[in-house]
Amino acid sequence: MREYDVIVVGAGGAGLRAAIAAQEAGADVAMVTKLHPVRSHTGAAEGGINAALREGDDWHDHAYDTMKGSDYLGDAPAVEALTRESPKETIQLENWGMAFSRDEDGVVSQRPFGGLSFPRTTYAGAETGHHMLHTMYEQVVKRGIEVYDEWYVTRLAVTDEDEPEERDCHGVVAYDIKRGEIEGFRARDGVILATGGLGQVYDHTTNAIANTGDGVAMAYRAGVPIEDMEMIQFHPTTLPTTGVLISEGVRGEGGILYNSEGERLMFEHGYANNDGELASRDVVARAELNEVAEGRGIEDEYVHLDMRHLGEERILDRLENILHLAEDFEGVDGLEEPMPVKPGQHYAMGGVETNEWGSTCVNGLYAVGECACASVHGANRLGGNALPELAVFGARAGRHAAGDVDDEPEITTGWDEDSEEGENVSPVPLGEADLPSAAKGALADGGRSSPPSAGADGGAAAEASAPEGVVEEAVQAERTRVHYLLEKEEGVNHAEVRADVQETMTENVNVFREEGALEDALADIREARQEYQHVTVEDPSRTYNTDLIHTIETRNALDVAEAITVGALARDEFRGAHWRKEHQERKDDEWLKHTMLSWNDGSPGLWYKPVVLEGENKSYEPKERSY
Amino acid sequence: MSTQHEHTDDGEPETPGDRRRAEKAARAAEREQEAADAEPDLGDDAVTLKVFRYDPEVEAKAEPRFDTFRIPFEKGMTVLDALIAARDTYDSSLTFRHSCRQAVCGSDALFINGRQRLGCQTQIADLEGDVVRVEPLPHQDVVKDLVVDMEHFYDQMEAVEPYFQTDETPDDDLEEQFQTPENREKIKMSTRCIWCGACMSSCNIAAGDNAYLGPAAINKAYRFAMDEREGENMKEHRMELIEQENGVWRCQTQFSCTNVCPKDIPLTEHIQELKREAVKSNLKFW
Repeated sequence: MREYDVIVVGAGGAGLRAAIAAQEAGADVAMVTKLHPVRSHTGAAEGGINAALREGDDWHDHAYDTMKGSDYLGDAPAVEALTRESPKETIQLENWGMAFSRDEDGVVSQRPFGGLSFPRTTYAGAETGHHMLHTMYEQVVKRGIEVYDEWYVTRLAVTDEDEPEERDCHGVVAYDIKRGEIEGFRARDGVILATGGLGQVYDHTTNAIANTGDGVAMAYRAGVPIEDMEMIQFHPTTLPTTGVLISEGVRGEGGILYNSEGERLMFEHGYANNDGELASRDVVARAELNEVAEGRGIEDEYVHLDMRHLGEERILDRLENILHLAEDFEGVDGLEEPMPVKPGQHYAMGGVETNEWGSTCVNGLYAVGECACASVHGANRLGGNALPELAVFGARAGRHAAGDVDDEPEITTGWDEDSEEGENVSPVPLGEADLPSAAKGALADGGRSSPPSAGADGGAAAEASAPEGVVEEAVQAERTRVHYLLEKEEGVNHAEVRADVQETMTENVNVFREEGALEDALADIREARQEYQHVTVEDPSRTYNTDLIHTIETRNALDVAEAITVGALARDEFRGAHWRKEHQERKDDEWLKHTMLSWNDGSPGLWYKPVVLEGENKSYEPKERSY
Repeated sequence: MSTQHEHTDDGEPETPGDRRRAEKAARAAEREQEAADAEPDLGDDAVTLKVFRYDPEVEAKAEPRFDTFRIPFEKGMTVLDALIAARDTYDSSLTFRHSCRQAVCGSDALFINGRQRLGCQTQIADLEGDVVRVEPLPHQDVVKDLVVDMEHFYDQMEAVEPYFQTDETPDDDLEEQFQTPENREKIKMSTRCIWCGACMSSCNIAAGDNAYLGPAAINKAYRFAMDEREGENMKEHRMELIEQENGVWRCQTQFSCTNVCPKDIPLTEHIQELKREAVKSNLKFW
């Protein structure tokens, strides 16, 4: 068993920032990541980092824009932490050498973005995430922080008290992809989940193939509530063939959306009479699909995004990467013709419930970045708010885990006196139905069911309550699971199960949501869960077995897809990205609250928690949201 | 080639588990062969992939070989799409790295029809010939199928102090540093590197000399050496690093790295420019 003070799971922007902060606060840190850090999907972020850096701008305005953008489902203490600390984190990145684009006078460049009252999106071409990821990784190399790359964390080592609020996280279990071995990692002070997105539950997504919601699913199964999972952002401009992202920066610089009639749709059809193309993402995505539905789409599928009028010089200076993406992945020359675009899954606003320091209700367990829900994005994330979230909350959680913070949080985690029980909305049972009990391992079995490949003897059982014992028990459980998957002889392939999930989510839990379709999706997911009970890994090898990795990921995708759909069914209102056919109003009397889902040892239960609209010095009163 | 490792989860040389695993491997090999032999009639709209296979741990794959897959062609299909289709339809043990699908994570540099390319960035329609031949990157140890060991590449990248350092240690109050747009433009291409390893694999010098830093690492050094924010003293230090015996002077200006770079980084030019700088600064100190 390996031992560190702080273990960071995932090495994208949030994980790297957390590791640096924890180490600077004196902790012995290790990062465990299923990809090499520079392969992380932060590298695909294009647009920029919102930060109130300039005279005439103010972080309070950024906070207001973010609360409005969230459709008043963001929690003000988290939003204020984000907007107050983003300038410092942005300059920190600059001080670490990040190659931001520059104005003539040598300061870092900023541009307008959707839903912002000031052009505060700080950028590095149209490849801001690539620069941010590499700059942070460089700092990790400089500090000599230990990185276990291509080690896949498959389980959290969490104690099993009845109430999640009483549990402790003592470490993680990881599978070394190259060698095929399972090892325990004990974390003396904290485990920080920074596993990123979950876009692979959809088939048209800007997310990487590795974005399978691992952190959300693992935390959920360890008892941590997951929050606002129904809030999925569909980005308005993705390439139709592949889902590759075309940055909002194109519209920020002046790009225009046209329908098949050649009309500037955002204005001509009244979707956003003030802000037009720069309305919030949820508004633009619905507008495009509405155009297609009304017969004004191109090839009945997409609309056009035109940037030719910006001129070659400006495009090459600020958006060059977009030219390469359009050429390589859609065969279109953005200098000569408009680019076809349509909405695609892009971002999960919801995730693991945390407070404004990234802490979950399980002692010693943190979550930051896209896998977390603090919540700064509420029902809709503003473009340019994801990258500062990685830096701000990565740094906060890193410091907190290393014991460098003693602030009392404003946001509570776990069940408390303001929480409210929810009713079951699902037509089918939720949860469970994963592998047969023989495969589930010691913890899920409620006992130590003689793992056939156990490396340690039963001695660990007696010490199960000691931190090392908790980790060791989790290791045994994972050895049992992996052993089972490798040994099982005949069955279905994970790719079939994953495709079934993606198909129903794309069909039924997309931009436009209807009650009957959501119920169908839950039934389909239930069926996919049953199918997963027969899943088998064909590749017998222990060396770089991606068949096994994808099989384990698919289990995570199942749990996450179900959670998204249950939340979507429960929330019978229209707020932000969540549109319901039968409920066309935002219902503030009833729904200024987060949907919470708890695993409850395999019988998931819904509950609710009020939104925190009280900031440090002001309250963000919900207003009508128009752009 | 990497060597077979021992399973640590059992002490016995031959357990029922081992036997079952061996039987399963044999069946898997049989299935693969069937899949490879079967050539469903896909008409003209099919792609023929010939893919390198090797797994030190599986008997049927311990000897390197090529498998053939016939995949229905779809408009816009990339080599990565075809590999995924082959894996998900015919043989789930087919192993390769991939993640972003958009040429920014650098996971899927492969040797495709005799040239280093990113699988996701290579349109099948743009390739010549009837067969798409896919191999792991040359000059790197193969771990399994198309997966190579990147450790040496990473070691070289990290050998050039690949992180921003300034002459003066900044105090705690963070202050924005200025950089001219011209200087930013100067380093722009060098910052595009995605660490895919295509250049290193294409370089004859690196192939014959493991100690050579290689084009990607030198480009990384260039990125910092040319960044005016670091300051003159740091630049001198950087020049010393790349002038060492395994640095820029090993490059023989064959341009193979520049030719294969998927991000169009003028690697050879960067190396040449560093050589010129080195000559200049050496003259200065004489």
